[in-house]
Amino acid sequence: MNKSRRSFLKVAGFSVFALSSGIVAQAAVPGTANAKLAPGSYAKGDAALRARRWAMVIDTRKFAGPRDYEPLMEACRQEHNVPSIPDARNIKWFWLDSYEHTFPDDMNAHLDTKTREAAYPLLCNHCSNPPCVRVCPTQATYKMEDGIVAMDYHRCIGCRFCMAGCPYGARSFNFKDPRGFLPNPVPNPSFPTRMIGVVEKCTFCAERLAMGKMPACVEASEGRILFGDLEDADSKVRRALAANFSIRRKPSLGTQPGVYYLI
Amino acid sequence: MYNAKAVITGIIVFTVLCTAPFWVGLAGKDYKSTGIVLPKDEKKCIESVEFMRKDHMRLLNEWRDEALRGENRVYTAEDGKKWSISLQNTCLKCHSNYKEFCDKCHTANSVYPYCWTCHILPGESK
Repeated sequence: MNKSRRSFLKVAGFSVFALSSGIVAQAAVPGTANAKLAPGSYAKGDAALRARRWAMVIDTRKFAGPRDYEPLMEACRQEHNVPSIPDARNIKWFWLDSYEHTFPDDMNAHLDTKTREAAYPLLCNHCSNPPCVRVCPTQATYKMEDGIVAMDYHRCIGCRFCMAGCPYGARSFNFKDPRGFLPNPVPNPSFPTRMIGVVEKCTFCAERLAMGKMPACVEASEGRILFGDLEDADSKVRRALAANFSIRRKPSLGTQPGVYYLI
Repeated sequence: MYNAKAVITGIIVFTVLCTAPFWVGLAGKDYKSTGIVLPKDEKKCIESVEFMRKDHMRLLNEWRDEALRGENRVYTAEDGKKWSISLQNTCLKCHSNYKEFCDKCHTANSVYPYCWTCHILPGESK
């Protein structure tokens, strides 16, 4: 069989056209793989609290000592079935630490005794530029429209990049099955627990906000922690920030934390 | 053909062996239900039975993404009824008998989802 150059080019041309038209036809209907499956529709609840950027202001002046934070920490643990593990493998959503660990950027050698010796409440800062979200290889952690940095435990593979990325130590890894450290039945049967091998952290109580309730620690603080929309100039948090001196943790890193401390 | 007898017999035996599952299936029993026990109080699930049977797992994935990432936690079904998006608090309210409902089909189909390492089954949390 002896093909002329002419007939070869003809066949080659047709083949290229046929193949590429198939690609074009597929590209013409984008996102078909992600098309909605359910025949119904999705919406936010009527009672849901909304904000453009949720933020928290903690008035540390109104807490006399570590004991005062105990009901808040307990409320958080009860609400989210957070276990208490008495070693380095503890799960931290809302916890306490010293001044120098909380605000290591503050270089003042001589502080007033009260500020230096007080305990400070720590939680996920829900940063505007969250490093944990940038390093997560599976997008298991992500920032939502309202500024909350949330987690989808279904997708977490437990690589702990986010723990390395978070400059605030706000993430905890489940080295063990957390249910072994929880009472049976769990404190809040309407909220899931986590499983061994996933990372977890504070969620700003996104599931409570969706029901129109304030976060558990805010509710338990009896007005000493304020929670509201940072973009709304008339919100509680903005008024508190306008009237008081406030600091944030490690501001030099540029993560723009959403948790403010009144000192 | 050399060794025609052996070759043809071999081919026949091979074909019968390869298609044996089909013959056994045809000759065997009829389709047997898994013995699934439907919830007593509720007659209708959020969508049609056919949809739920075929796509409940994909619907759960879509619910998860909508609720967790889009913060859309209310699902309006085709018939207009509104449902709060929650496996634990909505689905399991009616489908409270995990062993007689979920497990029956999952086990029959060799599907072993690990929902309950985190989500809490009614009546037992461990």
